Amino acid sequence: MNSSGDAKVKHDVSFTVNGEVKRLRVHPMERLLDVLRNELGLTGTKEGCGEGECGSCSVLLDGLLVNSCLVPVAQADGSNVVTIEGIAAHSLLHPLQKAFLECGGAQCGICTPGMILAAVHLLEKKPEPTQAEIREGLAGNLCRCTGYMQIFEAVTKAAQQRVAT
Amino acid sequence: MANSKEGHIVGTSVPRKEGRDKVTGAARYVDDMALPGMLYGATVRSTIARGKIKKISFDPGVAWDEFVVVTAKDIPGKNCIALILDDQPCLAAETINHPEEPILLLAHADRHKLRKAVEAVSMEYETLPPVHTLHESEKQSTIIWGADNAFKTFLVEKGDVDSVWTDAAHIVEGEYFTGAQEQLYIENNGVIAAFDPQHGVTVWGSLQCPYYVHKALVALCGLPEDKVRVVQMETGGAFGGKEEYPSMIAGHAALLAMKSGRPVKIVYDRMEDMVATTKRHPSRTRHRTAVSRDGKILGGEIEFVIDGGAYATLSSVVLSRGTIHAGGPYYWPSVRIRTKAVATNTPPHGAFRGFGAPQSLFAMERHMDRIAEVVGISPIEIRRRNFLKPGQTTTTQQTIHENIDLDQLLSRALELSDYHAKKKHFAVENKTGARKKGMGIATFLHGAGFTGSGERYLNSLVGVEARADGVVRVLVSSAEFGQGTNTVLCQIAAEALNLPYENVVIAQPDTTIVPNSGPTVASRTAMIVGKLVQSAATGIQHTLTKTGLLSEAYTPEQFRAACREYIAAHGSLKSEVRYEAPPGVYWDDEKYRGEAYAAFAWAVYVAEVTVDLTSYRVTVDDFVALQEIGKVLHPVLAEGQITGGVAQAIGFALYENVVWQDGRMLNNQMTNYIMPTSADLPPIRVFFEQNGNIHGAHGAKGIGELPMDGPAPAIVNAVEDAIGVRFHSIPLLPEDLFQAMQELPPAASSLLPAPAREAQ
Repeated sequence: MNSSGDAKVKHDVSFTVNGEVKRLRVHPMERLLDVLRNELGLTGTKEGCGEGECGSCSVLLDGLLVNSCLVPVAQADGSNVVTIEGIAAHSLLHPLQKAFLECGGAQCGICTPGMILAAVHLLEKKPEPTQAEIREGLAGNLCRCTGYMQIFEAVTKAAQQRVAT
Repeated sequence: MANSKEGHIVGTSVPRKEGRDKVTGAARYVDDMALPGMLYGATVRSTIARGKIKKISFDPGVAWDEFVVVTAKDIPGKNCIALILDDQPCLAAETINHPEEPILLLAHADRHKLRKAVEAVSMEYETLPPVHTLHESEKQSTIIWGADNAFKTFLVEKGDVDSVWTDAAHIVEGEYFTGAQEQLYIENNGVIAAFDPQHGVTVWGSLQCPYYVHKALVALCGLPEDKVRVVQMETGGAFGGKEEYPSMIAGHAALLAMKSGRPVKIVYDRMEDMVATTKRHPSRTRHRTAVSRDGKILGGEIEFVIDGGAYATLSSVVLSRGTIHAGGPYYWPSVRIRTKAVATNTPPHGAFRGFGAPQSLFAMERHMDRIAEVVGISPIEIRRRNFLKPGQTTTTQQTIHENIDLDQLLSRALELSDYHAKKKHFAVENKTGARKKGMGIATFLHGAGFTGSGERYLNSLVGVEARADGVVRVLVSSAEFGQGTNTVLCQIAAEALNLPYENVVIAQPDTTIVPNSGPTVASRTAMIVGKLVQSAATGIQHTLTKTGLLSEAYTPEQFRAACREYIAAHGSLKSEVRYEAPPGVYWDDEKYRGEAYAAFAWAVYVAEVTVDLTSYRVTVDDFVALQEIGKVLHPVLAEGQITGGVAQAIGFALYENVVWQDGRMLNNQMTNYIMPTSADLPPIRVFFEQNGNIHGAHGAKGIGELPMDGPAPAIVNAVEDAIGVRFHSIPLLPEDLFQAMQELPPAASSLLPAPAREAQ
């Protein structure tokens, strides 16, 4: 939603995405979401509302869960960004990804990348979350397909597996 | 009780076919795709509800020669969105019939410039008096469509309803309203179109019905059928909202691509999607019911009216389903159902999960509680005394042949929800404090597949092909948009061929590759398309056994060897099956009488709510959804359909309020149009009964829409149970509760469930 793609006002920014350092020349007010999707080809991060309500564009910015549609890329300069593409270890799915698959946590899939990042963030803070903490932790990410129940199941299952291992 | 041998794949929760791509972010939605030289498209829309375009001006401050500009004059074919009636233009040429009507299209390589250019086009209009409500439209003081503002009317008559009133112990009347609802798929509408003179138009998009878009583009672009190709990309939710609208946005992108010769992407942002695309039809239902002293329905009149918006689109079909479901799962010795879809100057309302049934069933299920109260029996008992039983006929005089026992289904739901104990407990608890608790039920049915003769007209065709490597591919135009089409159809084919699930794949819906298996709507995919896939898969097996390449029992390796050999000799191995109407099915389109659906799913839902009289908020604390759906093909997916539908219906009942101003949605943002979050929902507890269904694959019935029907009336019934105030309208917002409580007479301020009080 920024106002200009004018080359004159482009700046150098650099940040780490999924462990790789990226250097770009972009307008500083370009949304991080657009830079990830259009400049870096990381299209797993989705746009749902463009105003920070739905959470589909969630990424981790220095370990914090943010809506990348509300983050100007200048703010990401020098930071560490994790997107859905950085969650699996190559072909090995993250326990949350596996649990989402098994429990039916993904239906249409458009909220799934953001939802998984929110769940990753939640389990980082609270490795053994209660049901209330799961509901609270995911409340910034809207899902229109599942009614959330199978997402709660998936997060619970992944948490149990992580604690067990 | 399924009608085939118990399978090793069907009935198990195999991994979702495209699931891995979805959890890793690899799944490709249309906005994830770009083509070389691609432009972005945008739409200039009307700012008035009704009138004529007098002049279009372009701000001279914009370098217009950089832009592709398309108006109605550039349309090579017919300026319409071909669907049922061709009354909706693709671009308004002169007449405007609703706010946000598309008038002009722009394309440019730079999205930022495009946004400014849209604002730099201005219109001068001559305005005409608009009609904004169903009520105004019915009065016909201003005619905005046809001769009488009516897109469609139906009349269902059974028995002699005029004779029941004199002997009735009670005559119970009621009027009920439901509001518009936004589908709110998280992925907005979007397409990419490309054109070249040799291959014609290709569209990639987020859509439910590839062949609907195909039909619309053939008419709009004036191209032969083989010069239009439609490809469905991964689709981020639809719920009916991508049934008809994709034909519009695909048409726009195609026109820009044809004029510019370059690929054009149009992806709406949230505000444009919400303000311009279809929503659930607002409705009004009136009931007048004759009831005997012991609570038996003797007969009744039902009048059901829906607001269709400015153009006919699918309103006649939505009305049809609402009409047939209006009598609920009850036996009506006589009934007269008059229904109408009327025009207003708002963007057309359209398909949304449930398709008219949630509206008329809301009224029926609220009205049953009202009848119970008048008769002086419980909401449970009134339903027990009127449930349809096998051998009886529905309002359209369809005989129930299924072995359904609604009495038993209700008993089980009451047990699962601990209904009686909770009622007793709440009666004591509610005497003090500001938090009042209540229990509500809804009992209902949902017909699977197209209504009446619909499936015969669709004449669906499906294919299954085997490759030389032994992998089998399902060929259907039925789209995956979360509900599990890919998975379930592959399960069915694998089961039929006795192959591992992994050996079956499904083709991406592409009209140059897949046959027309009909639209992905009406809870028809698993039941009807699934059954055709089963037959087509069996056809492959028959071909191989008939030619002696395969014996009765075989391993996947033997199957592969047989395929390889057959294909070496004949070039390919493919089996196609076309829909055949089951014998003995009778439907009269004129009288609206006969077998409306091949099968019904049946359900009893129980809601437990708290009404907080300090904040005026209603919360649902527990929700039991019990349904009979024939056969559960995939337990995890089936449960997900129910929990998702119930959540959407809780939104319909308590949160989702479309605010209209002069025919335009005012709150077209996720910030002010509120859907349930993970923190808002109760545990949604799902239970199935499986009686089978001879018309569906492995005994399956439709499931997707059913859960949309019951929650709203169950919740509003529970609210009445909690505070003794009758509400007739949804969404039921805190403001409505506040107002109703303010209007109560002071004597009633003890807030105890005395005889219920009226509220609007």
